[in-house]
Amino acid sequence: MIEFLNSIQNSLIYKNFFLVLSGLDNTILLLLISLPLGFVLALLFALGRVSKIALLSRTIASYIFVIRGTPLLVQIYLIYFGLGSVKFIRESFLWYALKEPFWCGVIALTINTVAYGAEIFRGGIQSIEKSQVESGLSLGFGKFLLLRKIILPIAIRKVLPSYGNELILMVKATSLVSLTTYMEMTGIARKIMAKTFAPVEAFVAAGILYLFLNFIMVQFVKYLEWKYNPHLRLND
Amino acid sequence: MFKFDKLVFGDAGWGDEFLIATFMTLLVSILSMGLGLFLAIITVWAKIIQNRIARFIANFYTTVIRGVPELLVIYLIFFGGNAVVMSIAKVFGYNKYIELNALTIATIAIAVISATYSSEVLRAAYLSISKGQIEAAKVLGMNKFSIFFKVITPQVIRHALPGIGNVWQITLKDTSLISVTGLVEIMRQSRISSNVEHSPLTFLITAAILYLCLTTISGRVFKTLEVNYSKGFST
Repeated sequence: MIEFLNSIQNSLIYKNFFLVLSGLDNTILLLLISLPLGFVLALLFALGRVSKIALLSRTIASYIFVIRGTPLLVQIYLIYFGLGSVKFIRESFLWYALKEPFWCGVIALTINTVAYGAEIFRGGIQSIEKSQVESGLSLGFGKFLLLRKIILPIAIRKVLPSYGNELILMVKATSLVSLTTYMEMTGIARKIMAKTFAPVEAFVAAGILYLFLNFIMVQFVKYLEWKYNPHLRLND
Repeated sequence: MFKFDKLVFGDAGWGDEFLIATFMTLLVSILSMGLGLFLAIITVWAKIIQNRIARFIANFYTTVIRGVPELLVIYLIFFGGNAVVMSIAKVFGYNKYIELNALTIATIAIAVISATYSSEVLRAAYLSISKGQIEAAKVLGMNKFSIFFKVITPQVIRHALPGIGNVWQITLKDTSLISVTGLVEIMRQSRISSNVEHSPLTFLITAAILYLCLTTISGRVFKTLEVNYSKGFST
């Protein structure tokens, strides 16, 4: 038994596991900033998308079209390599953020998730029955109150499952930031691979951690659904 | 800042290189979508037959691949694939060094990812066929093959097309990750060109526009197909 435990402890995958684990905080840091920011901006963009101001709605629609039509990798490279090559950006205050791969990653991930999130929230907002808005209006609700008390709560509840999907896609998307030399879990796994020439052990260790992270995310979304959609609970 | 004059065709620019790269992206997407659909059919079959082991393997495969970043799957297959193929070859007594070419690895890697999404779409489409139809076909004396090809397949295609269209878009965009393996597709080409010309913005925007064209055109194609396949059905 002890021999068996020792053999596990000496195995490459066990050692790699802890090495990759040291990149977990960097992965989570990316998510901690880009997810809340993306959520708020996506809501605002969705409201702009359904607004009656044609110019605003049209602009947001084309933004969503462009972001959803191009791979995230192009967006990350555009921000990291592309913007960095422009002289007046290098000389402006933006350079303080854009010279760091971390902030480039955060910006790219936020831009990406805002487009997908806005489209999801738009679906939720447009699926609200007219009668509910009208009853709010008849009670004398102002525009802001209507938004805060009726439209947003109903819309967000409705789209929780699809927004949960987007959150999981975002967890997976953080791995692409490793291509800008940012050392999160995938970047570390890649480095271990280059050192040890044992690709399977390195990437399986990282894969287990990503699965774990996504598992937590799924539980979190499930909890939100359970909490905010009490009428859909299966067993009570 | 911009060097769009470098995009001309011929020796003076990168136009023809980008054209070939676009075809490479399309080729990888189509091959891996096809292989992915094939894998997805096997996965769906494993999920719906009453066999616990087959179902466990299929569920494990889809859960793991969908829970792990695409980049990690590509790295694993790119760096680990040769070793696996060589150890399989060793069983058959072939001891020389084998190296899979980049296109094969790219196709397999993207197909493995795309199949997990396709399988969910196909499974949902299959489950939407009512059992009565299959029973009716049996009563009419149709054998298993004609039930599969004449009753199930046409309906699965009709129900699954919108979902398959989405998977196609995801697959198309995932091929950009293949650039890490060195296969020269749009993304890789734009990195090469921008390193030579010192103008990343030009060539990355070119890549973005090319991807946008590909996704938009293929979106249109799928819309047309959907209209064609839902003839006679009010949707």
